[in-house]
Amino acid sequence: MPSLKDLRNRIASVKATQKITKAMQMVAAAKLRRAQSAAEAARPYAERMETVLANLASGVTGSSAPRLIAGTGSDKVHLLLVCTAERGLCGAFNSSIARLARDKANALKADGKTVKIICVGKKGYDILRRQFASEIIEFIDLREFKQVGFVNAEAIAQNVLLRFENGEFDVATLFFSRFRSVIAQIPTAQRIIPAEIPEGTKQTDAVYDYEPEESEILETLLPRNLTVQILRALLENAASEQGARMSAMDSATRNAGEMIKKQTTLYNRSRQAMITKELIEIISGAEAL
Amino acid sequence: MATFKFELVSPERILFSGEIISVIVPSAEGEMTVLAGHAPLVATLKAGIVFVQTTDQNGKEFFVNGGLVEVNHASTTILAEQGRFIEDVDTAVLDAEILAAETRLAGSHSEDEKKRLADTLVQLQEFKHVFEQRNAA
Repeated sequence: MPSLKDLRNRIASVKATQKITKAMQMVAAAKLRRAQSAAEAARPYAERMETVLANLASGVTGSSAPRLIAGTGSDKVHLLLVCTAERGLCGAFNSSIARLARDKANALKADGKTVKIICVGKKGYDILRRQFASEIIEFIDLREFKQVGFVNAEAIAQNVLLRFENGEFDVATLFFSRFRSVIAQIPTAQRIIPAEIPEGTKQTDAVYDYEPEESEILETLLPRNLTVQILRALLENAASEQGARMSAMDSATRNAGEMIKKQTTLYNRSRQAMITKELIEIISGAEAL
Repeated sequence: MATFKFELVSPERILFSGEIISVIVPSAEGEMTVLAGHAPLVATLKAGIVFVQTTDQNGKEFFVNGGLVEVNHASTTILAEQGRFIEDVDTAVLDAEILAAETRLAGSHSEDEKKRLADTLVQLQEFKHVFEQRNAA
């Protein structure tokens, strides 16, 4: 049986924790609003880009197609680009992305393929490093950037493109968490090289005029598309992270509240028991006289 | 006047979306005006001003730097690499862009990339010149 002082201390410390989780939840809620609008604002561009690309890509086929669409012709070496958060305390956000990437990596290895991993974000690196220490070729830290933007995405895209041109891998897959709502974030794997042309996005059968040449446009458009897809992943991730943190901190606050209630009841009961005990002692003492 | 649907999208946000009469686009091979019923076209853009005519009297101007325009029967879309409202652009902004382009040019490795960046740089400098003259007038 814990003493009254122990119980008081315990209640005080849970109260302090609850204050912290409550504050974190409110901070996450404020940040979420901004991150969500950034993610939503980035969607139209990425979607239009996909449509234009689908229209363009349907025109080029065969050996003339750029390697970013057609691939290198083999699929021996896979690059996994795993985007996670820089900070923890956001529920299963980081671990669910890492799990998806880990499953994929294991499946590829079982097929006899070579796997290379680039980690964007510290948390994913921390998780994956335990199992795939030798496969991780790079770790990109975005901790110093308060708000990820186009520049960050472009730097990552350049890095990936350079490796692709050097023939370091054949297929690249991007892992991130798609933001559906505050309570639903969907870990997603998206193939970025060779570019995944979504079915059914082709709107018109119209014959386009190209200015300059079709191939030239594609050449500038494809690296661009890579940047845009990575940017979208980063922005979706940022929103998902805040959403996940918000709901995790909300349930933490609620749990703390429950615990305080239980401990307070326990505290009051033992306080009463103590008083009763003392009274009995006094009365029986008086009777004995 | 016949109108058509036009959208100007930058990676960060939608700058303009609505029915318009015409739009003047700074395509890489010269400025061009798109009216309703224009033939389907895809063209790359250079640094310059997009002029959107919303009604007979009114127009809006935007600064874009690179990107592409897609015209089809239903609508016209500009995917700008960078886009701003013209009110947000001044010489300092352009100087910053030029500096950024120079830094990237210095840091690039592949030949194609270098050529592309050098083009961008020239376009930006050209545009800055035009912009200054326009403001002086």
